[in-house]
Amino acid sequence: MTLTASDLRNLVLAALALAVCALLPFGGSGYWLGIGVTIVMFTALATSWALFSGPTHYISLATAAFFGVGTYVTGLGFEVLPFWSLIGIAGLIGAVLAALVGFATLRLSGVYFVIFTLGLAELVRQVITWGQNMTGQRGLYVLTDITEAGIYWWLLGLSAAVYLGGWLIGRSRLGFALRIIGDDETVAAHSGINTAFAKVMLFMVPGAVAAMTGAILAPRYVYIEPSLAFAPILSFQVVIMALLGGASRLWGPLVGVIPFTLLLESISSNFPNQTTLVLGVAFLVIVYFLPRGFVGLLEDARGGLRKRAGGMA
Amino acid sequence: MRQASPVLAVRGATKRFGGLVAVNAMDFDVAEHQVMGLIGPNGSGKSTTLNLISGALPLTAGTISLRGTPISGLPAQTITRKGVSRTFQLVRLLPSMTVLDNVVAGAVFGHRRLWGAEARAQAETLLERVGLGGQGHLPVGQLTYIDTKRVELARTLAGDPKLLLLDEWLAGLNPTELQIGIDLIRSLRDEGRTIILVEHVMDAIRSLCDRCVVMAAGTKIAEGTPAEVLSDAEVIRAYLGDDDA
Ligand SMILES: Nc1ncnc2c1ncn2[C@@H]1O[C@H](COP(=O)(O)OP(=O)(O)O)[C@@H](O)[C@H]1O
Ligand SMILES: [Mg+2]
Repeated sequence: MTLTASDLRNLVLAALALAVCALLPFGGSGYWLGIGVTIVMFTALATSWALFSGPTHYISLATAAFFGVGTYVTGLGFEVLPFWSLIGIAGLIGAVLAALVGFATLRLSGVYFVIFTLGLAELVRQVITWGQNMTGQRGLYVLTDITEAGIYWWLLGLSAAVYLGGWLIGRSRLGFALRIIGDDETVAAHSGINTAFAKVMLFMVPGAVAAMTGAILAPRYVYIEPSLAFAPILSFQVVIMALLGGASRLWGPLVGVIPFTLLLESISSNFPNQTTLVLGVAFLVIVYFLPRGFVGLLEDARGGLRKRAGGMA
Repeated sequence: MRQASPVLAVRGATKRFGGLVAVNAMDFDVAEHQVMGLIGPNGSGKSTTLNLISGALPLTAGTISLRGTPISGLPAQTITRKGVSRTFQLVRLLPSMTVLDNVVAGAVFGHRRLWGAEARAQAETLLERVGLGGQGHLPVGQLTYIDTKRVELARTLAGDPKLLLLDEWLAGLNPTELQIGIDLIRSLRDEGRTIILVEHVMDAIRSLCDRCVVMAAGTKIAEGTPAEVLSDAEVIRAYLGDDDA
């Protein structure tokens, strides 16, 4: 693998940014740390979501399913296994679940895929509720000594891994194959790409990441039950943030996550219970005004500037 | 008449779309280094036959073998990796990519599976060859019709296919472009590729094809040298009333 000078510069800048973000818990503000946790959580979720959905244009609403499974891995295992291993196990289960869902659905056209992934969260939730009823429980207590700062650092590490992974995939055969599939699946197959395999491989990434995110966040909830762990609104939030930022670039979702988290935060503290309304409005804004997200706006602006500069030369 | 070890053997290939039999029990062989013309009036099933060979569509019945090994039933990507590559009658490019990346796509995933600088070098060589040298940075949306056809051919060649399927690649070219196109296809044969040419342009058929198979309404109605089939009474009848005659 060869690194250009600009690759190296980007890597150094990213490492610096990561180091700065890692300092947040030392700021001493519980309020900002809480917001920081939400931001890194959605950064991991939305960025990994866009890795798959950006090039393929498949809208996945399965985030809540994987996330919920992850929280239950921690909920069921925290007394017997170390936390880090639970995160790994959750990632593995998420990846396997995504592969199964992928093989079953990625041959379907886009609309069926959306419906199926939405139904998946509900299905898993029903299965777990049923399992709990059989054993006479309603929920699980997750009592650990993991602090908010610990959760934040775990999520930050996960986000960094998503970025690194996304960057590597973007430079790999797999990433190139996904871009070709997104452009024209018939051409992809006739160029020699195993389209089903490529799609399933990449769908495993958001599956694993969402499950790991759920596993990391479970201690924060203290008490988890299916309706909380598998709340479908999470899937919609991830889609909206990723599209608001723009799913065509690795850094796009982050540009959506930060303003949207701050917006939601200020709204929910001033007008509780209006979150759904904000999501709806945001969705309309994206569809009508920002089809390519903030990334599209920036690229248009840059293109316009270049054109004007070219005109003057 | 029979050539030794055909590259491609089509036996009883049939494709039904509901009640319509688009390809009806087609039989033919294509020998190594040969250019075989597949001709016939519009709607006679030529493109569908190519779709069956390339794996774009599954066969309803029959078999297709590549050097004696059956390929019918395999997915398109597997057939491509075995060295069969095609263009489309309606040109298909990758709209979000540059000219160069369109061709690199063929080099990376095709028969040869190159990567990185090697794939780019291969793509640049091929762009040069189809007459688009130095145009790699252009977005494909800015190309003229002939240039889109050139890019598609370069992508098809980038995987270094042994069997090339060209679906009316010369259609819509002006006389100068046509001559360039014919020379280009001849150079592909001269370097040892086997080619199936679906074509309406009679000049191209006469000057390029070793043999022709003529289709009408999904069925093979004649086979032989271009001179033979073009003077065949049934072929003339099939073409009469068709504006391509
Ligand atoms: N995917 C398809 N579905 C239904 N009918 C098709 C399809 N493809 C081709 N046909 C029909 O099959 C017949 C042969 O078409 P085609 O192979 O494209 O002819 P040609 O390439 O010789 O002009 C036509 O009647 C066409 O309408
Ligand atoms: Mg045709």
